Amino acid sequence: MKKTYKIEVDCANCANKMEEAAKKTAGVKDAVVNFMALKMSVEFEEGALPETVMKEVLKNCKVVEDDCEIYF
Amino acid sequence: MNKKQKKVLVRIIVAAVLMTLLSILPLKGVLRFLLFMIPYLVIGHDILKKALKGICKKQVFDENFLMAIATVGAIILGEYVEGVAVMLFYQIGELFQSYAISRSRKSISSLMDLRPDYANVETPEGIEKKDPDEVNTGDIIVVMPGEKVPIDGIVIEGEAGLNTAALTGESAPKDVTVGDEVLSGCINMNGLLKIRTTKMFEESTVSRILELVENATSRKSRSENFISKFAKYYTPAVCICAVLLAVLPPLMNLMILQREAGFTMWIYRALTFLVISCPCALVISIPLTFFAGIGGAGREGILIKGSNYMETLAKTGIVVLDKTGTMTKGSFEVVQTYSAAENEEELIFFAAMAECYSKHPIASSIKAAYGKPCDEKSIGTVREIPGKGVSALVNDIPVLVGNEKLMTEAGLLPASCELPATVVHVAVGGVYAGYLVIADQMKPGAADAVKDLRRIGIKECVMLTGDDSAVAKQVANQLGITKVFGGLLPEDKFGKVEEILSSKSAGEKLAFVGDGINDAPVLSLSDIGIAMGALGSDAAIEAADVVLMDDDPKKIAKSVRIARKCMGIVYQNIYFALGVKGICLILGALGIANMWLAIFADVGVMVLAVLNAIRALYVKNV
Repeated sequence: MKKTYKIEVDCANCANKMEEAAKKTAGVKDAVVNFMALKMSVEFEEGALPETVMKEVLKNCKVVEDDCEIYF
Repeated sequence: MNKKQKKVLVRIIVAAVLMTLLSILPLKGVLRFLLFMIPYLVIGHDILKKALKGICKKQVFDENFLMAIATVGAIILGEYVEGVAVMLFYQIGELFQSYAISRSRKSISSLMDLRPDYANVETPEGIEKKDPDEVNTGDIIVVMPGEKVPIDGIVIEGEAGLNTAALTGESAPKDVTVGDEVLSGCINMNGLLKIRTTKMFEESTVSRILELVENATSRKSRSENFISKFAKYYTPAVCICAVLLAVLPPLMNLMILQREAGFTMWIYRALTFLVISCPCALVISIPLTFFAGIGGAGREGILIKGSNYMETLAKTGIVVLDKTGTMTKGSFEVVQTYSAAENEEELIFFAAMAECYSKHPIASSIKAAYGKPCDEKSIGTVREIPGKGVSALVNDIPVLVGNEKLMTEAGLLPASCELPATVVHVAVGGVYAGYLVIADQMKPGAADAVKDLRRIGIKECVMLTGDDSAVAKQVANQLGITKVFGGLLPEDKFGKVEEILSSKSAGEKLAFVGDGINDAPVLSLSDIGIAMGALGSDAAIEAADVVLMDDDPKKIAKSVRIARKCMGIVYQNIYFALGVKGICLILGALGIANMWLAIFADVGVMVLAVLNAIRALYVKNV
């Protein structure tokens, strides 16, 4: 399953870091951050619950870039 | 500027004024330190806070952390002005970056300002304004002059000229009337239209296009991936170099050369390194360039579905063209007439009357050549002769319209025609009257399009077609294409493209241009599939990598030129930013570049790279 979320982040490198962090989160198969469109599309693993996974994704993103937000 | 940006701007101004004042005043000792802390904290408090947070989360190579180390280090070394200045310019750079990006985000989305805000839905109580999302398939919507068509549908009442410029880049209006299909995103220029919707809003052309453009930059190019990988290693590498620079030379001085360590000097040089360690200029300018390039192309009616395709498109070396629908209009037209009695008007009149009731494309082309509606009163009995033609009574004169066989069977001798096209013979009142040559029409500009492709250095243009070889050769000659394969079934086209793909060199890419109707497999097989005139055709938009929204073949070369310009800017930015940073690192290590130069290089490179990136938006005259 694939879902796209609106995000808030200030710099392009931070967006890259968020992408890395999201990719490493359990339950995420693949993630792409589109800095220009301020969107993150996440492909979830089979059976993963987007809601719970996204909470983890946000937590991991906050570690690498404190000043970011994901709307889900 | 938004609120956040304005706040930063105020801080920048306050800090800059304070810093200048303090550096003029003859201050000494602790007082000087304390006073300089005011502008430093004004400009840098958030960076310091973020740096602390970063340390807690073990994010050592975070930009904020590095900036904090560099400036705190400078202050400890007594270089107060430089400490404040580095922080100040870093913030100026960040502000510029965020401003430039929000500006280009806005200008690109306004380019693609297709999204309709509302739809006028006809209800039993009158016309109601609704959110386009809430309109059902089959509802009747009303589009007034000046309004955007919100949802795809069919005109059931009224006629109007539609401006399709936002979709196709084409400025000539398109006239529609009852029964015509209209696409969302067009602007109604003059008439009142009632439209029965055929799709939901989210499946309508406008939604699909917006989605494509917005998501295009999610498909990252190889250069983007290279840069994000590079950024991942660049910062740690520069930091390690900085540490080595601070420690090794002084140790060498002490142990080997037996002279003074010079710790201060080497630490200062190491701090200079940290200032240059942020990869921001690179990381921001590359996606921004692609974003601008895709936005600019979209304005010209060329949809590029991803940054990766932009990259491949720029490397196009072979273009394989489909004939029908791509280089030709795909509709038949009378291209030549021969009248035995030298009365061509009469010839066309009789042919058109005889074919009046026929729905065959060839009959339609004859009627189109006649140009006036059939006068049904003048037509008597009409008899179709399968595989040969028709016989009819027109104004009580027997008329035969059909192929050579029909003529010879009637005992007439038809004039011979050598042209590789469909020939329709006409006999009037038992006498051979002449023939009409019917062929698929070349698109205006098709020959120029091939010339354009050659001019931009495409080595090979190949044409594929299902038509027989004689017709194919003739069209190819007119276009100036030497390599042509005729008589191909759709699966043969697939095989042919596979063959060309395997024989070309890896560096050059193959682009296939088709109308997307029955060549979807070939579109996905080739390195770059370009669908032409695909507006409204979902299958083509799905299968292609690049979609030309109108059917102007000149856009093929244009799209390659746009891609090349965009990639040119990408490489300029990569080399420029890497080059300047590299030079600064070397000069910094040698002690030639001080912290001032380092921060100017860092911010300056970013500003220039961003400005250069925005250039990709302007593709009108590439």
